[in-house]
Amino acid sequence: MDIFLQQVINGLTLGAVYAIVALGYTMVYGIIQLINFAHGEVVMIGAMVALTVINLLAAAGLPPLVVLLIGAGCAIPVCMLVGYGMERLAYRPLRRAPRLAPLITAIGVSIILQHLAMLVWSRNVLAFPQIIETRVYTVAGAAITNVQIAVLLVCVAIMAGLAALVYRTRLGIAMRATAQNAQVAGLMGIDVNRVIAATFVIGAGLAAIAGVLVGTYYGVAQYTMGSILGLKAFSAAVLGGIGNIPGAMLGGVLLGVVEALGAGYIGDLTDLCRIAGISDWLTQRCSGGGHFVLFGSNYQDVFAFVVLILVLVFRPSGLLGERVGDRA
Amino acid sequence: MQQPKLGIALLVAVTALALAGCGEEKKPEAAKTQAQAPSVPTIEIKIGHVAPLTGGIAHLGKDNENGARLAIDQANAAKIMIGGKLAHFEMIAEDDQADPKVGTTVAQKLVDAKVAGVDGHLNSGTTIPASAIYHQAGIPMITGSATNPMLTEQGFDNVFRVVGRDDQQGPAIANYLASTDKPKVVAVVDDATAYGEGLANEVEKTLKAAGVKVLAREKGTDKTTDWKAVLTKIKGEKPDAVFYGGMDATGGPLIKQGKELGIGAVFAFGDGACTDKMAELAGPAAEGMLCSQAGIPPQAASKSFLDAYKAKFNTDPILYAPFTYDAANLLIEAMRKADSAEPAKYLPELHKISYMGATGRIEFDAKGDRKDAEITIFSMKNGKIAPIAVVKAGQTLAYDEFLKSMGGSGGK
Repeated sequence: MDIFLQQVINGLTLGAVYAIVALGYTMVYGIIQLINFAHGEVVMIGAMVALTVINLLAAAGLPPLVVLLIGAGCAIPVCMLVGYGMERLAYRPLRRAPRLAPLITAIGVSIILQHLAMLVWSRNVLAFPQIIETRVYTVAGAAITNVQIAVLLVCVAIMAGLAALVYRTRLGIAMRATAQNAQVAGLMGIDVNRVIAATFVIGAGLAAIAGVLVGTYYGVAQYTMGSILGLKAFSAAVLGGIGNIPGAMLGGVLLGVVEALGAGYIGDLTDLCRIAGISDWLTQRCSGGGHFVLFGSNYQDVFAFVVLILVLVFRPSGLLGERVGDRA
Repeated sequence: MQQPKLGIALLVAVTALALAGCGEEKKPEAAKTQAQAPSVPTIEIKIGHVAPLTGGIAHLGKDNENGARLAIDQANAAKIMIGGKLAHFEMIAEDDQADPKVGTTVAQKLVDAKVAGVDGHLNSGTTIPASAIYHQAGIPMITGSATNPMLTEQGFDNVFRVVGRDDQQGPAIANYLASTDKPKVVAVVDDATAYGEGLANEVEKTLKAAGVKVLAREKGTDKTTDWKAVLTKIKGEKPDAVFYGGMDATGGPLIKQGKELGIGAVFAFGDGACTDKMAELAGPAAEGMLCSQAGIPPQAASKSFLDAYKAKFNTDPILYAPFTYDAANLLIEAMRKADSAEPAKYLPELHKISYMGATGRIEFDAKGDRKDAEITIFSMKNGKIAPIAVVKAGQTLAYDEFLKSMGGSGGK
């Protein structure tokens, strides 16, 4: 049982990170129906900027938490600038183009950002400075670290903050209006360009936070780290129903938990020695407490995507659906 | 992609010039002797070097390349005569990105460029497919770091390695583990690459032979950074030791997360994760880990190599540089002995060579493997890996004893 609980905790932490990144995909999709494939790279840039700042401040003798917050404080505006820049330079000129054009552009932007990062931060796997001393707490036999708790809390705070922004502020109203009908929103006096730019900037800010969390949690950063994370987060957004903010959160957390449980149990479930009696050959192969695992934990990613496919087969618009009228 | 390569090339050129500075007075003289005897023609000999210069283990690839470059620059400075001509060696350094597909493309490129020999590749996964291409072209290749046994089991007479094999390294670390830590249950994890899986298989075989219970194999990939699910499962089985066959970029997160989950086992690794970078990636969690390297640690290589490397690159070798240095020297030595840079002519010399390299005496067996290759066991102490024992021909020697047996100064 404690193992199961541990896997769920692992999955929730992973899922919280996916969820924060997925929000960036879903907000942009909700408002202009663009899948911003460069979003994963913004996460990477956030992690890299924070890493650089923390390394620079390491000698200053400040408390570790302050250093980390300064690192995040530098990463967020840099990422916001990147987010604004890519909207202004790459996507806005293509706003009236067929939908395929901005999609391909997004992939191009992703490649450009990745290689710029490679030139700046080298190709090596960099060690994200381990300045926060990891403390381990035990809950019902399962270990949870202070970093994991922080990841979960930040995720909840972001969710609450975003909900307040979208449903309680003028900008939120403008965003929802633009999502429903950009043209009419424009006629009502909403500066549509400004609202779309704001969406990109907010998403990029969240990506920066995710980058810092991932770096602190795993202790590594590399210029390619954004691509698979971005892909997973995009899947999470689709799983929950792209364009739908609560959907992105649900999809992220669900994908994380499914991945952790899948990786944790798929090996046991597909261990052919469980059915060793079925043939003599198998009995022989398994004698002496051996194992004959069909799919090991390296199928972790496959497992997550199989779940995604299954959900999409039965609910093509995701778990919570693409809420067309209320997206943003 | 071009920019950094150009930058590195420029840097190397500048360093080379700076180094050549002290020898400059001699040059006009040499030029004069050549001018006096205009009959001394030169021969251009191309030697290929392949390692990943991009991606997660680019730092190891660069280290390999540096070792080969040092050997070639020294050979050029020594003005070796081959076939009555002054040999000028040119190194063609290629990047295989640690990707088997790119590895074969690059191998074909080197064959087309008519290289006389190849020093590389770094990874087993790229070396094995590439070796078939060199074999077809009849070009000798010596790897300084590919440790998968399969490489020399293909029956190719042009393939050599100066480093130990996984089936030597695996048993060495497994035996050390079984005899010193006496674990009852061991979990074995690999990264599903030819290298990681091969090494893990050998470790599992040896442990089982020693009567240790081995858990069902867990796998990640060579890009995995989240090991929590795998480690949690392992934690439930309460192992006394965990062995991981893979590189440091994935091994660092593995040991960090293992300690976070409260796994109290000894963590052991193969040579791919036997670097100081482990401490950087995992922080204090890496302390006390065990790991093995085929061959001897770079700091135990011959002093003349270490000094020359430091002088040229202003850094210390990381891992395999002494081996790629020896590999390049072996190619050159065989060419000198055969008095020819024709692959078909100097290849027989490689088979019977006995050469004192930076890593000790090198002779090859019938398969092209190095005879009596040493395996060194390391432990992480204060953020640096420190050699604690050397396994040679089935015997475990404490590191100090080994240094004494090598003459105290290491290497020579």
